[in-house]
Amino acid sequence: MALFEAKNVTKQYGDKLALDNVSMSVPEQCIYGLLGPNGAGKTTLIRIINQITGPDSGELFLNGKKLIPSDVQVIGYLPEERGLYKKMKVGEQALYFAQLKGLSKAEAMKRLKYWFKKLDIIDWWGKKVEELSKGMQQKVQFVTTILHEPKLLIFDEPFTGFDPLNTKIVKNEILFLRERGATIIFSTHNMESVEELCDNITLIDKAKTILEGSVNEIRSKWAANEYDLVFDGNVKIEGNGHYNVLNQQTDNKKSIIRLKTTSDITTNDILQNLMKSGKIISFNPALPSMNEIFIRVIEARN
Amino acid sequence: MNKISVIIKREYITRVRKKSFIIMTILAPLLMAAIITVPTLIMMSQGGEFKKIAVIEDSSDLFKGVIKNTKDAEFVYLENTKVEDFKKTFEKEGYYGILYISPELVNTPNAVQLISKQQPAIGLLQHIENSLKKEIEKQKLLAYKIENLDEIMKNVETNVSVQTIKIDSSGVVKKTSTGIAMALAYLFGFLMYMLVFIFGAQVMRGVIEEKTSRVVEVIISSVKPIQLMMGKIIGIALVGLTQFFIWIFLTVGIVTVLKTTLLPKSNVAEISQSMPQNLMSGNQQDAATTTQTTEMSPQLAEFSRLFDSAMNQPWGLIIVCFIFYFITGYLLYASVFAAIGSAVDNETETQQFMLPVTIPIILALMVAMGTMQNPESSLSFWCSMIPLTSPIVMMARIPFGVPYWQIGVSMVLMVVTFGAFVWMAAKVYRTGILMYGKKTSWKEMWKWLRYSG
Repeated sequence: MALFEAKNVTKQYGDKLALDNVSMSVPEQCIYGLLGPNGAGKTTLIRIINQITGPDSGELFLNGKKLIPSDVQVIGYLPEERGLYKKMKVGEQALYFAQLKGLSKAEAMKRLKYWFKKLDIIDWWGKKVEELSKGMQQKVQFVTTILHEPKLLIFDEPFTGFDPLNTKIVKNEILFLRERGATIIFSTHNMESVEELCDNITLIDKAKTILEGSVNEIRSKWAANEYDLVFDGNVKIEGNGHYNVLNQQTDNKKSIIRLKTTSDITTNDILQNLMKSGKIISFNPALPSMNEIFIRVIEARN
Repeated sequence: MNKISVIIKREYITRVRKKSFIIMTILAPLLMAAIITVPTLIMMSQGGEFKKIAVIEDSSDLFKGVIKNTKDAEFVYLENTKVEDFKKTFEKEGYYGILYISPELVNTPNAVQLISKQQPAIGLLQHIENSLKKEIEKQKLLAYKIENLDEIMKNVETNVSVQTIKIDSSGVVKKTSTGIAMALAYLFGFLMYMLVFIFGAQVMRGVIEEKTSRVVEVIISSVKPIQLMMGKIIGIALVGLTQFFIWIFLTVGIVTVLKTTLLPKSNVAEISQSMPQNLMSGNQQDAATTTQTTEMSPQLAEFSRLFDSAMNQPWGLIIVCFIFYFITGYLLYASVFAAIGSAVDNETETQQFMLPVTIPIILALMVAMGTMQNPESSLSFWCSMIPLTSPIVMMARIPFGVPYWQIGVSMVLMVVTFGAFVWMAAKVYRTGILMYGKKTSWKEMWKWLRYSG
């Protein structure tokens, strides 16, 4: 069942269309990637989900029911443009945000201690925010986002500013939160982390949805009729009536080649044909990276 | 609603704990007390030095004994002394200066000189001038050879101090003082201006801080923008009121302590004793009390008159109006300041928006000053009706007496306008706080006003 659903959402700012009839369905306990180039309308959609702004038309559902203002209590949002009060102390500030999300002071205190210890930031409790590095501030913010145990978490570029080690820690925490039942909408330009974390994605460009579905399905669909082939040594392949060569690279020991079939030739026939050219090390259906898909989809539209 | 109180609490506590707040709260009353007390101290210390002045006349003794001694100065008439010689020695003989009068003084006003090493005080000069003037007038009158001149002169001698009486619609007569009304008008007008401006600007700075530090998006995913805006405005209003009350208590306290320790005890006793007497004599000015009144020193009479007048001010009305106009006036301007803060990226960009907001406040202050000269002018009337200027101008008008219907109309207009302003400001604010990197114009803000949702 879908935890969150957006149906035909449209939003206009003045004469600029920010979202044009966008729909999206986020299954429960899923990590859902919201992708798109800069200015595509992702932030607008996220703001609509958080009820920071309202849509001009379209409907939003949480848990099958229409989204209402008090739902902000069960949503946690880490915006891309994030910040903390610089002159305020870390602990006080975290407590303030928790109370704004409706937690009682005592409960907020208990949970903050737990998370601050878990993420090893308890020593900063009494420090002013301006004394912390950017990565440290990010960690504090991450805690304030998840503290009220929201059912729906929205992370906009959560890993910027983290070193690789902290990135790994936060990634694990996100996976842990999903394990515990949270559903996560994840917006990023980092396609590697999409492949690593996301189950489903929606790709938005110029206010419209242009690609939607599970990451695995999208990748294999885009890879249809494409194969990766590795030869031992320096081998050159020419395309023929049955297949084209999309790409070939050679380093001193191996040749890596990508083919795209153009007729309904079987893989066995291709292999038989290719075996004449050299010693085959591997033959796989190609799985393009999300990065490639992103670039190819957007470029094709321009 | 519970969330608004969380926001109010944060806005309040972070500001009250700031060092600058604590320093200002303690320092300002000290300064105020200094302003009130120092002039008194200076006056007292001036009076302290006793001066001996030699009076020398050229070849006559017309003015012998004319200048009476005062509590600060003694006038010694020296006969058979040459000015030229005495000039060299007067200091050694313990004189402060020489008053040299030439016989032409009767006809030539400036034929008198006060020779001294220091610049003499104005009070001393006035005393000398008055004494000589009276004597010359007397001499001239004497030349007319009028009978019983001395008696006539005594009878003629009078002091005049105009008592102003205000009659309200029910016919109740109240003694008032224009001086007190002016002082109060000035005080209230200016206080209102300061409070609205200082704390309105703080709201703006707070909004800009949230916007530039990008905290705002996190917060408005938890609360509605209008809750954040109103929470901030109310929190800062409470900071303002806290500071205001601490200032009043500390100032009154410090002034009282200074007055009792520095002023001679007898003075205080004298004033407080003479007060009831004068209150009585003020009410029934019959022949029996006339002698008493004339005996009382003019300063004391003035003091008790002012006291009388201050007590006759409609304090209940003033306090109610002050609180009303402070709250609504502050809310009106603070919401405009919040909208401006939301529309810009940093404080330097606020200039273009500040001007149109500052103009009505400055205008109101200027009209309030004019009100003191002419409380009935139509400019004052209209400015006390128009909500942008009415908090300041109306407060300046009230000590002079304002019909209740005018206050009523002004208040209704104020409430309606402040409601409209808060509503518009909230709309601009909601859009503005999420806009970055774009230079905002008035046109842009007008567009935001019409956005839905």
